[in-house]
Amino acid sequence: MAKGIRGAEGRYGWAFTAPAIIIIGVFLVLPILLALYVSFSNWHGLGSPIGNSSFIGTTNYEKVLVDPGLAQKDFGTSIRNNFYYVIIVVPLQTALSLFLAVQVNRRILRGRGFFRTAFYFPSVTSSVAITTIFIFLFTASGAVNALLGWLGINGPNWFADPSGVIHNLLAGVGVSKAPAPLTAPGPLGLQWWDWISGPSVAMCVLIVLAIFTTSGTFMLLFLAALQNIGSEIDEAAEMDGAGALRKFFSVTLPMLKPTLFTVLTLGLIGTWQVFDQIYLTGKGEPGKTLLTPAFLAYDTSFTNLNWGQGAAISFILFLIIVALTLLQRLILRDRDVGRRAERNAKRADARLHAEAAMAARTSTGTGAGS
Amino acid sequence: MSKIKWGAALLAVGVAVALGGCAQTSGGGSQTGQKLTILIGSSGDAETKAVQAAADTWAKTSGNTVNVVAASDLNQELSQGFAGGTPPDLFYMGWDQFATYASNGYLDAYAAKLPNAGDFYQNLKDTFTYKSTFTCAPKDFSTLGLIINTDLWAAAGLTDADIPTDWNSLEAAAKKLTTATTVGLSFGLEYARAGVFMNQAGGTLVDGTTVKADTPENLAGLQFIQKLHDEGVYKMPSEVSAGWSGEALGAGKAAMVIEGPWIKGIATDFPNTKYQAYELPAGPSGKSTFTFSNCWGIPQGSKTVDAATNLVQFLTSDDQQMAFADAFGVIPSTTSAAAKYASKYPENASFVAGSDYAVSPVNFAGSATVISDFNAQLASLFGGDAKSMLASLQTNLQAALDAAK
Repeated sequence: MAKGIRGAEGRYGWAFTAPAIIIIGVFLVLPILLALYVSFSNWHGLGSPIGNSSFIGTTNYEKVLVDPGLAQKDFGTSIRNNFYYVIIVVPLQTALSLFLAVQVNRRILRGRGFFRTAFYFPSVTSSVAITTIFIFLFTASGAVNALLGWLGINGPNWFADPSGVIHNLLAGVGVSKAPAPLTAPGPLGLQWWDWISGPSVAMCVLIVLAIFTTSGTFMLLFLAALQNIGSEIDEAAEMDGAGALRKFFSVTLPMLKPTLFTVLTLGLIGTWQVFDQIYLTGKGEPGKTLLTPAFLAYDTSFTNLNWGQGAAISFILFLIIVALTLLQRLILRDRDVGRRAERNAKRADARLHAEAAMAARTSTGTGAGS
Repeated sequence: MSKIKWGAALLAVGVAVALGGCAQTSGGGSQTGQKLTILIGSSGDAETKAVQAAADTWAKTSGNTVNVVAASDLNQELSQGFAGGTPPDLFYMGWDQFATYASNGYLDAYAAKLPNAGDFYQNLKDTFTYKSTFTCAPKDFSTLGLIINTDLWAAAGLTDADIPTDWNSLEAAAKKLTTATTVGLSFGLEYARAGVFMNQAGGTLVDGTTVKADTPENLAGLQFIQKLHDEGVYKMPSEVSAGWSGEALGAGKAAMVIEGPWIKGIATDFPNTKYQAYELPAGPSGKSTFTFSNCWGIPQGSKTVDAATNLVQFLTSDDQQMAFADAFGVIPSTTSAAAKYASKYPENASFVAGSDYAVSPVNFAGSATVISDFNAQLASLFGGDAKSMLASLQTNLQAALDAAK
């Protein structure tokens, strides 16, 4: 290495970044690597995994993913539950937070500060507190059912009802037992009929809870992005004759795309990792319809002392989240960049040039003629 | 080059810090001068104070110090302690987790060496026996009984002659007790309650090395519960907006519940509710109830095992167990102390009487996940197919039993 006037700079650089590197290394990188090892080991949870366990290959992953049995079925059930939770919560919380952000961003709205605070309030409250309140609201004779009773509706026993809503809808049209083709075993040890159950009634309460608590946070993100859109763009759109709806969908929304990506990604990660609500509402009860992979990993490790299997579930969950985030990036990618976009741009450019040349020729032609 | 060296040095420091945090402090094997920690899953202040008082008495005479810690989530704190290499010196070990802990080598098998090992109830010793070694000493036990709200009982015009002795009289009494605001019978719908009906019908889950879950007897037990629910005389606690059946009893939402001696805990919330405990009514194949117990667990390879064993011997002595019974109402685990308890607390005598024929719920290593899966299925027992639930229990339990061998 050439030693010039800046020879010692590298050393100082390392020295200054050392605290951060040590903290991240000791508290993040090493534990993750250790957990990865545990997922391939037969560690019983006695003492440190190093020296108290042996490498057993992919057995833990096989038990969860391939071998028929309770472990596989529980994992399948948890994936099903969480899938319905994600597929409903993420779009709804994104749409609701965007709607709220647009509303509180309007200049004509009075008391904007009040509404911004009010909508953000559930996000700063502890999820434990909100879940506890929801448990009281949704008991068999709780406030929600009292309200429904007042309207003449006999409300369900929310947190104790394991029936899936799609199953209930099918029962409404006379299909209460699985039709023959759906009794076939599906992936992860669950029948296809069980896969299409939909979220249970109990899960629906948690879905409402999640949308209620998280939309405030995401509203804040959208609001910041909305305020970054200059008023001249709005005016330009208005001058071009765009109505309110057209302006929103063709101008505002495309400009919010980076924020939309952030919100969807954070939403995906958060909803796939739902844990505290499950812990509080009875550890997967009723009927395991609230079981989620995050909770299953905890339960498998801490209660059943199957630490390797618990770690394996965590890493499968990690892979699911990464895969879905990449997929979503692919869908939301900017169509102005990339090889294909370049080709399209070139083609459009060539067409524009050709048209311009044609127009010039005709205009000179007419000029010569006159 | 120097960059790599610096990086290696930093990594070394990091590893040293990480490993230093895991280092253990060592102790001696003697019986005095030890600092012991007891981790308990306490039912409340009364229990924590009683255990601390007993531990202090022992500590004074033996020259040790004992610290009692009440866990908020016993299982989680235990596994954390074991994983970190710092388990408590003595802890409550529940019957349902015992086999899992024993099979993973967590527990020191000290119990057989205790001088008072012969005094415990045999079925409790069986519960805490792993691979034919009596592993840890039962702390106390509870059986299930039928708890009746006496005011509602009298209001329904029922007398002592109507106390249910079999399924028919249970059904008849529940029908009479059911009103618009009160349900006749309530209990949590789980194996630990529904299982007694399966046993009363002559069923069992495990017979030696074979699982016998999908038998007509077990089915009859579940069908009886289905029948009571269809008639509207049985409801789950959640159906009457109660957290557990004790709350339903205390609030007058249920006239009869199936619970253990811990029912006395409802006095704090419902001081005016009067109730009386009876033995569970017999089924077609006779009487049956469950016995639940905790034992005093000592970690395998503990440095304080001698002192802790000595402490257990003190804590399980008849006098000390009676002191615990006085403080928080548990039934002593030795036959002699339990007899004293029955005469001193006649209102709980029926729970002691139940221990003659009580069986322990299934608790071999790996059974816990299967039982919790069965509990989850029971959530849809009403309107569901009891037979297929037992069939799935049969498959899963047999698989777990085969894996446990």
